[in-house]
Amino acid sequence: MKFEKSGEGQYLLDVKGYVCPHPQLYTKKALERLKPGEVLEVQFDNPSSGESIATMCDNTGDEVLDRKQEAGLFVWHVRKA
Amino acid sequence: MSETKRGFWAFAIVGILLLITGATYAYHEYYLYLTVYLWFGFIYGMCLQYGRFCFSSAFRDLFAVGVPRMAVGIMIAIALFALVGAFVSATGISTFHSAPTSVHAVIAGFIFGVGMCFSGGCASGSMYKTGEGNMNAALVVLSISVTQAVFVDIGGWANNLVPESWTKSAAAKGLPASITVTDGWVDQYLAGYVWDQPVLSFAKMLGWTDDSVIGAFLGNFLVGVVLPGALLLVVVYFFWSRRAFMRKRLTAGQTRPRFRDELAGYWAMIMASKRTAIAGLALGIAAGLHMYAIQGLRVKYGVRNAGALLERLGFDFGLSVNGTVFDPGYWYVTTQEAQWVGWAMHKLGWNQMDNIFFGFNNGIPNPLINPADWMSIALFGGAAVMALLHNEFKFKKPTLETATWAVIGGALMGIGSRLGLGCNVGAFFVRVSQGDPSGWLFGLGMVGGAYIGVKFFNWWTERRMAREFALS
Repeated sequence: MKFEKSGEGQYLLDVKGYVCPHPQLYTKKALERLKPGEVLEVQFDNPSSGESIATMCDNTGDEVLDRKQEAGLFVWHVRKA
Repeated sequence: MSETKRGFWAFAIVGILLLITGATYAYHEYYLYLTVYLWFGFIYGMCLQYGRFCFSSAFRDLFAVGVPRMAVGIMIAIALFALVGAFVSATGISTFHSAPTSVHAVIAGFIFGVGMCFSGGCASGSMYKTGEGNMNAALVVLSISVTQAVFVDIGGWANNLVPESWTKSAAAKGLPASITVTDGWVDQYLAGYVWDQPVLSFAKMLGWTDDSVIGAFLGNFLVGVVLPGALLLVVVYFFWSRRAFMRKRLTAGQTRPRFRDELAGYWAMIMASKRTAIAGLALGIAAGLHMYAIQGLRVKYGVRNAGALLERLGFDFGLSVNGTVFDPGYWYVTTQEAQWVGWAMHKLGWNQMDNIFFGFNNGIPNPLINPADWMSIALFGGAAVMALLHNEFKFKKPTLETATWAVIGGALMGIGSRLGLGCNVGAFFVRVSQGDPSGWLFGLGMVGGAYIGVKFFNWWTERRMAREFALS
């Protein structure tokens, strides 16, 4: 797992290789640490985590800005509400 | 992997399964029995992968991230399977038998629930994830299988942990001499305790029979499934879904929630994940049709268990002392995976035919002609095809950390499965759907286990995240 600041107001969370519940738990904990308006890039390769992360963001009001998927790798950007 | 390659592999898997179907049928029509299992397994694999259908996430994600989508999906699947199951029961051809009901189901579910949290997926979830190329999930399946095969035959020092009353009761059951019922913790647990517990159904508790129309539809379906299921979803709605829904309504300018808003919120929760809802729908219908198809073949061939067919085909190795093999007639996982390992261990010299699980109930036939194994192998294939078609197939190697969780979680699920006489599918999904109260008890235990598992991983991930955040 890797979590780092990748730019001004931007963070990267790399949870590739993890299965549930790690990707969604780490995403939740990373978003809790961000300030409103900051953006988190989440990289994961466990497809089912995507469903949970999307619903979690919908519940908290955080906005999923974009979702890219290629060869089993998912890269999402989420803006903290 | 390019689109062409993905398409090639998807067609190759389907082609191999078609070839097996055609070739074995040409050899002998009895193989139709095995290929019915095979194609239903394929459908289960496709549905599970499409809907990301994992029982583990149903309980775990509620506590971990407040997401109810899987709990909803599972209740949809249970309700539909229960409806089809009620038709099957009312026509008197159900293959289902209720399990003994007691606190053991809660304890077993609890151990299973902790395990599925550690491993990152339930038994069926780990199987479909293996089909996605996740070797971590494959390790979970292996761990479940090995643990079960070892656990059901542990005797020696473990016999000292058996209460005397269990030993006496087990010995009094009059099992065949080839089953050493007083040597082995699980044997004495089964014959000395579990078998003495009441076998119930909601229909029977209300004074009806399972195969009467009123018993099947009113007792087992309505009272046993629909009412408690709807009530559970109300609880899930109020604790995990309502707040976000009402916040959106208030943001849109509404001042105070009305009753119709609550109904709209309840419906929105059910439809929140269309993939999961659709998969639940398809799984429920397929699981019901599976019962019909297998029972139809049993009638056609004049058998009550696949063991008789295997014997007619000349395969008599690994049949239980009753001449049977594991042949549930519906969706099931874990027992057949235990049989793979049990068969291999037996071949290597560890006698696995002297315990109740293998020797008396399920047998250890060669995996190549084991009906339920055909279902599991095809389940991997169905999940792989769906993952390939959606560009979600990725070969993933485990790390030391994830492998550790997989082995621990798989082992706990293996133990929980044997104590509960089934896993999240056999002991929960199928039993609840068929009006067996022990299924709800196993589910209750799984909720408790998932809660404890989430507590642990909350601590674990918080610790790691705090360290990473401090460095960033």
